[in-house]
Amino acid sequence: MKPRHKRFILIGLGLVALGVAAMLVLNAFQSNLVFFFTPTQVANAEVPKGRGFRIGGMVENGSLTRESDGLTVHFVVTDLAKRVPVTFKGILPDLFKEGKGVVAQGQLGADGTFLASEVLAKHDENYMPPEAAAALAKAKAAGAQSSSTLVVNPR
Amino acid sequence: MIPEIGHYALILALCVAVVQGCLPIYGAAVGNSMLMSVAKPAARGQFLLVLLAFCCLGYAFADKDFSVLYVAATSNSQLPLHYRLAAIWGAHEGSLLLWMFILSIWMVAVSFFSTHLPEAMRARILGVMGLVSVGFLLFMLTVSNPFERLIPAALDGRDLNPLLQDPGMVIHPPMLYMGYVGFSVAFSFAIAALLGGTLDAAWACWSRPWTTVAWCFMTVGVAMGSGWAYYELGWGGWWFWDPVENASFMPWLAGTALMHSLAVTDKRGGFKAWSVLLAIMAFSLSLLGTFLVRSGVLTSVHAFATDPKRGLFILVFLAVVIGGSLVLYAWRAPRVGLGGGFAIISREGMLLANNVLLVAALGSVLLGTLYPLFLDALDLGKISVGPPYFDTVFLPLMTPAIFLMGIGPLAQWKKASLPALALRLRWAFAVSMATAMTLPFALGQWTPLISLGLLLAIWILTTILVDLRERLVQAEGSSLGGRLVAMPRSYWGMVLAHCGVALFIVGVTMVKGFEVEQDLRMNVGETATIGGYTFRFDGTQEVKGPNYLAARGTFHVTQDGRDVAVMYPEKRRYFVQNQTMTEAAIAPGLLRDLYVSLGEQLEGGAWSVRLYHKPFIDWIWGGCLVMALGGILAISDRRYRLAWRRKEAAVPAATQMARQIVS
Repeated sequence: MKPRHKRFILIGLGLVALGVAAMLVLNAFQSNLVFFFTPTQVANAEVPKGRGFRIGGMVENGSLTRESDGLTVHFVVTDLAKRVPVTFKGILPDLFKEGKGVVAQGQLGADGTFLASEVLAKHDENYMPPEAAAALAKAKAAGAQSSSTLVVNPR
Repeated sequence: MIPEIGHYALILALCVAVVQGCLPIYGAAVGNSMLMSVAKPAARGQFLLVLLAFCCLGYAFADKDFSVLYVAATSNSQLPLHYRLAAIWGAHEGSLLLWMFILSIWMVAVSFFSTHLPEAMRARILGVMGLVSVGFLLFMLTVSNPFERLIPAALDGRDLNPLLQDPGMVIHPPMLYMGYVGFSVAFSFAIAALLGGTLDAAWACWSRPWTTVAWCFMTVGVAMGSGWAYYELGWGGWWFWDPVENASFMPWLAGTALMHSLAVTDKRGGFKAWSVLLAIMAFSLSLLGTFLVRSGVLTSVHAFATDPKRGLFILVFLAVVIGGSLVLYAWRAPRVGLGGGFAIISREGMLLANNVLLVAALGSVLLGTLYPLFLDALDLGKISVGPPYFDTVFLPLMTPAIFLMGIGPLAQWKKASLPALALRLRWAFAVSMATAMTLPFALGQWTPLISLGLLLAIWILTTILVDLRERLVQAEGSSLGGRLVAMPRSYWGMVLAHCGVALFIVGVTMVKGFEVEQDLRMNVGETATIGGYTFRFDGTQEVKGPNYLAARGTFHVTQDGRDVAVMYPEKRRYFVQNQTMTEAAIAPGLLRDLYVSLGEQLEGGAWSVRLYHKPFIDWIWGGCLVMALGGILAISDRRYRLAWRRKEAAVPAATQMARQIVS
């Protein structure tokens, strides 16, 4: 084999490896991207059916209830325009609190309840997950444009 | 006064860094040895100045000087002294100072251990490092000054994030930064080679130990970060593919590829341009990682308030360093040459494949990490790329790489024969295949992934045994012990590091395959059994810490009626930030960890509780430690010491010092 041929084969192998990697990546990407939606978008049925996504907003004050097994909890995530009921079975993170920001990942059930598989509320006391903050800001901006009836300020 | 001294020291350090970055490189270009000789004293002077600044900040923390903004923001009068000192790197400004301090340590190390290098080379290396430190010092002095005053002074500080009040946190950032910044040495070697236009086997021999040391620190640093997440976050995971973790993992991957590629450059003179590119890549990713994590682009415990000025500076700095070095590479790399030829089936070929796979894996992690940031920056919506993506991509890319890892060391350089290799490895393959197929049944559960994981781990170990046996047969010397000792330490280093990979794979496989996790509600006196262990909850009591109040639970663990452990998980409430923290209790063991953490208090003294049984999890970090030990063993090899000794006649004093430190 001439060196030139060898180089071609090497480059060819490299390209094949690259192609395989790219294929794997794109494939995995397509099936594992998790999109983020606000409660308003959920209420407007803009969310994908039968596929996981994230919602974010504030845990509504007084909405947290616990079933007798001590693990299953129900709460409401709101962007102060629309509300989405959420059910989660498991231990909530330390920083989960009513009136604070939260992001949950899961699927929308048939009855419109969001069945969370994961609840994220890391960070410190005053911290608002950026997704949740964005959801609140968006709803506020939309509310200000469309009607003046909604006069609730996110803190 | 003290903070002003620190601030002033940083300004002086910047001046020294400018001199160090310009004169020696210019001197090397025009062949002026007086200008080149500026490099060494400048590097040492800069070290002293940065050390002074670092001590000043440390003093401000120890002294509870809340008139310094940074101190007020990250510590508190109730915080114990060791955490106050660790708070130096508890947030953005201070961690940059730590970065800078460690860079100056590496510079001083280079100035001491470079007596064997040609003068122009050393001048260029130190010059490039000086330029890097100019960037960091400018950043600190313009937009991120740790000595900024707070007037009027705060009565008390806002406290360190409770998550970071942990012994692991004291040591993890310095370790990781030693690794991150250590790649700056490899980077400087590469840039120096590009500037000088000479890149030979000697260059690779010089830069190998530096790269390996940095890689060892990096390995330990990443492992410690993972261990911290395991015991501190309270839900028993050890790797989440979180962007922050990825930011430290990517330079590690690049560094691993670089180490292997340098081996080829050193032994065979091949892969020259590729090694240089990898060195640039490793350091660029280190910079990217530092800034991603510390700039607030990513949200996590590591990230802090965003400041657009900082973001802009960072982008410009990254563009200058990465863009500049790539332009230099494009311009000068053709001079460096490609190195000797080799057949596809050869040790070079396998190392090349290993490199391609590592870089492909690196690329996929980079994509998954940066893509959501780009989308967000362009306002195209918010997405997240979760662990499933990384798992799906990573496993298929790493499997062939690890398979090749078994064959590579046995293949001849330049040209190897595939049938001969197959013949030599047939027993190793048969043994690992047979064990991998049957062992999971013995363990109680067979899945393809468990089998694959065990196959890879046993494959590494058996091929090492085959290799060792062949080498022993060929080696000279009468006794077995003598022949074992006669083998170079760099070889033992490689063997040890590869064993570390095998241990790591065993750990991951067993945890993924056999862990038992249970979230449940437990009343006082109630028992629960997982993985053969019975946990009895004996209620909680109140415990007071220096700056927190905790509910401490008591769990008695028994196995077949025998007492195994008493575990005390805590739920802490830190006063200053009024933040709740889960402190898990872990009963570690060689073959399994038991892990208990408290969820929330329910009515009647009951708690929601997490109980985990994690088989072999400590092997994950043990494997990383063994890898790092392998690296250390490899750099203690004679040939690197010989490189130092060779110049002994010319500069005895400095070499003696170098040797003292080495031995």
